[in-house]
Amino acid sequence: MRKIAVAKLDALFAAMAKTHTVYLPADGADGRAQYTRWEAGVVYSTALNTVRSAKDFFFPQTENLMDFKMEGKSIELIDTRDEGEDFIVFGVRACDVRSFDVLDRVFLAEPVDSYYAARRAHGVIFSMACTRPAETCFCKTFGIDAAEPAGDVACYIDADTLYLDAKTEKGEAVLAALGLEDSDTAAVDAQKALIRERLDALPLSGLSAAAFGGDKLDEYFERPEWKTLSETCLGCGTCTFVCPTCQCYDIRDFKTNTGVRRYRCWDSCMYSEFTKMSAGQPRLTQLERFRQRFMHKLVYYPANNDGIFGCVGCGRCLSRCPISMNIVKVMKTLGGKNV
Amino acid sequence: MQALTREVLLDRAKALFADGTVDRAYGWKRGEFDYDVTPGLFRSVEEMEKEFVFDDFCGANFSKYLVEETRKGEGKILVFLKPCDTYSFNQLLTEHRFDREKVYAVGIPCEGMADVTKLKAEAAEGIRSITAEKEGFVVHTLYDGDKTVPRTEGLSERCLVCKSKKHVAYDELLGEDGEVADSARFDEVARLEAMNADERFAFWQRELSRCIRCNACRDVCPACTCETCVFNNPNSGVESKAPVTSFEEQMFHIIRAFHVAGRCTDCGECSRVCPQHIPLHLLNRKFIKDINAFYGEYQAGAEVGSRAPLVNYTTADLEPGEAVQRGNEHA
Repeated sequence: MRKIAVAKLDALFAAMAKTHTVYLPADGADGRAQYTRWEAGVVYSTALNTVRSAKDFFFPQTENLMDFKMEGKSIELIDTRDEGEDFIVFGVRACDVRSFDVLDRVFLAEPVDSYYAARRAHGVIFSMACTRPAETCFCKTFGIDAAEPAGDVACYIDADTLYLDAKTEKGEAVLAALGLEDSDTAAVDAQKALIRERLDALPLSGLSAAAFGGDKLDEYFERPEWKTLSETCLGCGTCTFVCPTCQCYDIRDFKTNTGVRRYRCWDSCMYSEFTKMSAGQPRLTQLERFRQRFMHKLVYYPANNDGIFGCVGCGRCLSRCPISMNIVKVMKTLGGKNV
Repeated sequence: MQALTREVLLDRAKALFADGTVDRAYGWKRGEFDYDVTPGLFRSVEEMEKEFVFDDFCGANFSKYLVEETRKGEGKILVFLKPCDTYSFNQLLTEHRFDREKVYAVGIPCEGMADVTKLKAEAAEGIRSITAEKEGFVVHTLYDGDKTVPRTEGLSERCLVCKSKKHVAYDELLGEDGEVADSARFDEVARLEAMNADERFAFWQRELSRCIRCNACRDVCPACTCETCVFNNPNSGVESKAPVTSFEEQMFHIIRAFHVAGRCTDCGECSRVCPQHIPLHLLNRKFIKDINAFYGEYQAGAEVGSRAPLVNYTTADLEPGEAVQRGNEHA
């Protein structure tokens, strides 16, 4: 465990920036936190979390894949990828760190998504423990401990001191180069106890996912409650786009003056044209689209990924859904007393 | 605090179910916390007794839901309409978007609805509960004790500059009707107009660059009722799920504002639902302000069947050249 005074944060970020591009949550013009590239003057935000999740760093909303250049009857394929740079994402919460595991199981499974893999290889995650979890937080439901966030380096801010605990070799290498002071674990241990006490006191602390899992398809698929749950869903993509684990994308071609640019962009199962094929859209109404999103998180994903759920309890959909419909309400409605 | 309680609305709904006037009802459903109310369709008195709620967190406007719901079933749908909702209701009727015969509209007074984001900003991360008291919203926080947010600081922007407490459509009215207000809603537009073109461009670029193209603004908008939006239609040639460039997301919002110009009632739902808190309503209000200035005062939805200035011709209409000239004055 190492430490540095919070007053010296700027010096720490400057030292990191010598070898890595540094991103951290900073309050934007609208007063809300978003990941921002650090440069002198950018202040680390004390907000609990960013509006957009940290998945953008590895799976950006739009990404150019390749260009096609046409001349006469020949087509040239151009790899438009740049080399990529080493970067640090500082201040990632435990929920968002877990979301990288959820994404890894999709993008790093064979066939490996080389675009995603390159970003993962270049990225170093500095996580931050949550001393003030909100009423919308329910990471504990999915076995995440906000007092012991994963990542390459776990960070804790206690009073005037930032504590840094290397969790991986990658994290240790970065920390070692920063020449920080060593520290005992007394302050951090006390904070962990406080955090766990606070997590237990949250309104959603009792929420259980035990009623869901990969073997529950038949139990939930035809449940009549999907109708009332989905009835006033607007079919917008807010939940999917603020979600740290939603990973569906579309691949599109964009005509340029000299050829074609192939790019991918986030897609949403809430959209009427999602996975539209020549025979049409397989999910005809919003009920099926709505059911797909929640079944994916709670049943299909665990079925394909050793029982790991596709939700990390970050609470973004609880705060952002225009109609305040969300996975907690779905779990409680379908699971009844078991949730 | 609202003038009418949940019980007054619930009693009326029960009576309307009981005498067979309606067989389903749009109303607000209790959430997980005090503030996360969900608009819902109730099919029985029992459901309503269990989940129906009416308080300061019932901002959702039901008018647009009627477009699809009136196509189903033979019975009538009860809908509770706040004054601003009645303008959307009328505008949709003007555009023949739903069957009026299938709806039983109950007008209810509104004292303004809370903006949860403002309350959350006051109360840092954790909210245990919120109670509406005379002096304001009392936020019981998880970590910082109780905080009182004065009502004028906790209300939505659209409610602080409320354009009308008058109901322009209803089958029956509960409580007192109000008056059209002398609203300050164009002040912010005037502030933007006073900027030079570069400043204004910078303002909109900063705001719109946060857009994530979730389409919530479009999907909630009572003026956006195309059966298939051009941006969802693969055959349109402009279908787009995410912007290729930041310019594209600006275009999306500007095109949408043009499309609803003259039909937007300024209900403010677009800005309410935006997860990135982009003040989208200001684009629409600019159009409303210009229409008022160029063609005389016009409020979309004030009456059913009115001919909006942009789809009407009169000999008194402004010459296009004059409109361009006035526009240049703001450049």
